Amino acid sequence: MKRIYLDNNATTAVRAEVLEAMLPFYREQFGNPSSIHWAGRSVSEAVEEARERVARLLNARPEEIVFTSCGSESNALALRGSVVFSEAWNGHVITTAVEHPAVLNSVRFLEKQGVAVTILPVDGDGLVDLDLLEASIRPETLLISAMWGNNETGTLFPVAEIGAIARRHKVRFHTDAVQAIGRVPVDVQAAGVDLLSLSGHKFGAPKGVGALYVRKGTGLTPLIHGGHQERGRRAGTLNVPGIVGLGVACERAAADLDLQVPRIRALRDRLEEGILSRVSEVRVNGHRRQRLPNTLNVSFAYIEGEAILLFLDMKGVAASSGSACMSDSFGNSHVIDAMGVDPMMANSNIRFGLGPDTTEEDIDFVLEILPPIIQKLRDMSPFYSEKAAG
Amino acid sequence: MDHKKIMVAMSGGVDSSVTAALLLQKGHDVQGLTMRIWDGPVEVADDARRVAERLGIPHHLIDLRDQFRQRVVAPFCAEYLAGKTPNPCVLCNQAFKFRVLLDRAAELGADGLATGHYVRLWQHEGRYVLAKGRSLNKDQSYFLFTLTQQQLGRVCFPLGDLDKEQVRALACQWQLPVAAKSDSQDICFIPDGDYIRFLEQHAALKDLSGDIVHVDGRILGRHSGIYRYTIGQRRGLGLAWPEPLFVARIDAARRQVVVGERCHLDVAELTLQDCNWIIPRPSDSLRCRVRIRYRHREAEATVTVVDEKRCRVVFDRPEQGVTPGQAAVFYDQDRVLGGGWII
Repeated sequence: MKRIYLDNNATTAVRAEVLEAMLPFYREQFGNPSSIHWAGRSVSEAVEEARERVARLLNARPEEIVFTSCGSESNALALRGSVVFSEAWNGHVITTAVEHPAVLNSVRFLEKQGVAVTILPVDGDGLVDLDLLEASIRPETLLISAMWGNNETGTLFPVAEIGAIARRHKVRFHTDAVQAIGRVPVDVQAAGVDLLSLSGHKFGAPKGVGALYVRKGTGLTPLIHGGHQERGRRAGTLNVPGIVGLGVACERAAADLDLQVPRIRALRDRLEEGILSRVSEVRVNGHRRQRLPNTLNVSFAYIEGEAILLFLDMKGVAASSGSACMSDSFGNSHVIDAMGVDPMMANSNIRFGLGPDTTEEDIDFVLEILPPIIQKLRDMSPFYSEKAAG
Repeated sequence: MDHKKIMVAMSGGVDSSVTAALLLQKGHDVQGLTMRIWDGPVEVADDARRVAERLGIPHHLIDLRDQFRQRVVAPFCAEYLAGKTPNPCVLCNQAFKFRVLLDRAAELGADGLATGHYVRLWQHEGRYVLAKGRSLNKDQSYFLFTLTQQQLGRVCFPLGDLDKEQVRALACQWQLPVAAKSDSQDICFIPDGDYIRFLEQHAALKDLSGDIVHVDGRILGRHSGIYRYTIGQRRGLGLAWPEPLFVARIDAARRQVVVGERCHLDVAELTLQDCNWIIPRPSDSLRCRVRIRYRHREAEATVTVVDEKRCRVVFDRPEQGVTPGQAAVFYDQDRVLGGGWII
């Protein structure tokens, strides 16, 4: 059976050229980059080259990049690191209802420590009200954390406008750009961002490596104490192969915004239009235009998203219901709920995440098998028969 | 979005690689196609394949050596043996490349074919207009005068508004593995540029030696084959003469190379055969500028249509270096009107 992977928002395959660049750093160049001898020096150069590549993609300076183990660590370092550094335990943090759990749960942790928290609601498209955001800023506000692109719906926040508001009020601005990197242009200067999280495995680098952009002059207290690595912002021996891979992936991501993304966007639109024209009572979740080009989140009335995924999987198609981080938990997606979607629809959403390997044939195959799956599930659904009877 | 399935003729060079990338950037469904047209190393195909891999597009390598030999190399040799100086690139575009590639593109289900030529193409009042590339020193419209309206309707030229530096910068920006490759200048099937040796290896050469004759009829010496000479050629004649001598004419029937002083190179008018019109064929004559070889600065002339396939060109002032076998292409400013082959 043909296998079709449409869950690139969950994770991606390591790119061949990324893996190739990483391999020498396992056996030949195994040194610790902190060592001053020959074995360390050459490895240290490779790490610094990777740092430059990451910085170039973000329009940042190399010294503003801190390597971490993943997107969640980057988010935790940004949020907890900022609050601890400020020592303002009665301070205030603003975030949004649709953030990744790594942000929301970090904020909830801070709340338990005494920090005041404002969680902004979103509208039906998943966007925040910027006036409300600005009105929520208080004299003691330490930080605004608002994601660049939503991991479930793909909705893109107007990051530059949020950055301008934060700057106007001299509030630190963090953005979780884990889903945005490699899919939309990300420029920390244009967006006025102070802290930005990214994760390697979402765009062709391996799992276990991420980075946090820290604007020069933005103080942070580390989460992990130890050696002086990463200018004292993150202790621990560097994950050299992962960092080298992240560098190559960032270099490729810049080109792929031009070379791959337009095609992926066209395929996503083909999938979306195809579903809308073939299946009735469907809702596309997220903003139709301000959206990640690879993401399609769609709800099918009367049936459960999990059931659709199961049937798709039987045909070799891997998709997801919202976030992979949540798919082992029960209940609706907090993102779809926050958008005020009818619970019947909220429970029936699935997410397609296209990637560089997705082909037109893949999309056409999904469009061929999906309508009968939906029909079959609806025929079994008590809600659907109620509706038909009523 | 105007989403199309487009086949790109990929040679493995910078221009065709960037062509494919630009179309991807516009969101088209792009596939690469490379022709194997001549024996010898397949490294150009490898370059094209690597670029296709980098771009993540399907790549097709098709073996067209027989057709290429038949339709391009054989006429190329025959022209030399007939005392002409052929232009294989125009010949290839006319008799081979655009025909074969458009057919293949259609077979593979593509809506159109793109190449990395520096020319511009647009539609005006129901016809296609072919014009010089924006970067005049890279302009390649001379090579494409043979394209018919029907062919023009199925091709696109994404590089028309760019210059070479911009194309290289894009190749670099997109990390295409060809960014540093140098431009190809020579005839693709004669990479060392030594066409005489090529003819001696591949053409059925008879004894084509004969006399070198002055335009006034005096025999000045011997030559070892008419195909070794080109009109306007000065060097390598091996003649002692008070004034510089140039090849003025090649008389294949008598196996004569006719030489003369510079003034004897002047040609006021010429006849073209196998003409093609991009604009509607004029009923009688028109004023335009005529380019008689690739790097020629066009000259003012009057073109008169003789019949469906032939034209007569009368220059306002005589031109030098008019060479049978080369193409003459008509321009109005940047726009290609048509052209034909010099007899």
